[in-house]
Amino acid sequence: MAAIKPKHQRLVLVLIALVVLIAAGLLAAWALRSQASYFYVPSDIVADPPEADRAVRLGGMVEEGSINTDADGVTIQFVVGDGEARVPVRFKGIVPSLFVEGSGVVAEGRMGSDGTFIADNLLAKHDENYVPRELQDMTEHQAKQVVAEAVEAPAQ
Amino acid sequence: MHGFANPARFLRIARWLTPALLVSGVALTAAALLWGLFAVPPDRLMGDTVRILFIHVPAAWLGMGGWTTIAIASLVELVWRHPLAGIAARAAALPGAVFTAICLVTGSIWGRPTWGTWWVWDGRLTSMLILLFLYFGYIALSDATRRDGGASSRVAAIFGLVGAINIPIINRSVVWWNSLHQPASITMGKSTIDPAFLWPLLIATIGFSLIFGGVILARMRAILADIQAEARLRRKAMAGVSG
Repeated sequence: MAAIKPKHQRLVLVLIALVVLIAAGLLAAWALRSQASYFYVPSDIVADPPEADRAVRLGGMVEEGSINTDADGVTIQFVVGDGEARVPVRFKGIVPSLFVEGSGVVAEGRMGSDGTFIADNLLAKHDENYVPRELQDMTEHQAKQVVAEAVEAPAQ
Repeated sequence: MHGFANPARFLRIARWLTPALLVSGVALTAAALLWGLFAVPPDRLMGDTVRILFIHVPAAWLGMGGWTTIAIASLVELVWRHPLAGIAARAAALPGAVFTAICLVTGSIWGRPTWGTWWVWDGRLTSMLILLFLYFGYIALSDATRRDGGASSRVAAIFGLVGAINIPIINRSVVWWNSLHQPASITMGKSTIDPAFLWPLLIATIGFSLIFGGVILARMRAILADIQAEARLRRKAMAGVSG
């Protein structure tokens, strides 16, 4: 045993401590995986509806062609989907400028009794694509590619 | 390896490397930021808000890079007892904390027009804020223990290693948990950022990193000079007592 240099003994001890530490951290993060999520996706809401009047956040993609403005001009209705489930949402107020059809949104509010999500606040979710404004109109191929990636992303 | 642990040799190299890193870093950063502010087209959705990317992303990278530096230096200090390693870890803490703060502030300014909120408690933002608090803790701990030397100075190194667990959590937070923050745009060899934004971003990141390296070397030299001055004072005091 005397052959082990103190340097090597310390190295082994530190490495063992690191492995234990990383395992503990990963376990903690894994245990938090559902609680630490910032929002529920529509399939979570449909599979396990939250009780009425419990404040929840709903996140997903605003479906194409689903935004409708009511007669009062400030109430909007739209559908949030994640490729598997769809939840209709009603919101009264000013929407963020990035709130557009086909893009991500996080709605804060509660489930209404009629199955519509009543949002008190809307947050626009930016995706990981950064494209210059002029390119968007210039190359159709690239626009298609971006849309394909955006559709692909939630399915992963 | 042992060659670099020799403070005299380190000081010889750092003397010219510090200004070289700082000057080239400032030049690259200035060029990238001017490019990003004036020459880059607006984003299709975010418009001009996208320009904050060129500060936010390098700051986030160095906020995490700073703690990675602390963790590696702490490992070297604990295992090989290189005196310079502990000094390097202490030198990296303050610039790392500053870059983390810049990342949080610019992210908040970007979030208001983009998301519609200054702050949310999602996985990415919360873990980055925890990183800033870890820096504060590390700075306080390493300052409090540095004069004692020996075993108690290793407390900061252990803290530096334990705190490193937060780095993979920050990196994976947008994958593990639904978060308002978007997932990574640049992954192994693939980017969803258009080249028009990507090039100034890469140059800004290199520039920020060079400045970061220069600041660490400058701070290491300052800490070494401080230690030398203290040792000289102590010798004088001892001579005074005995004489």
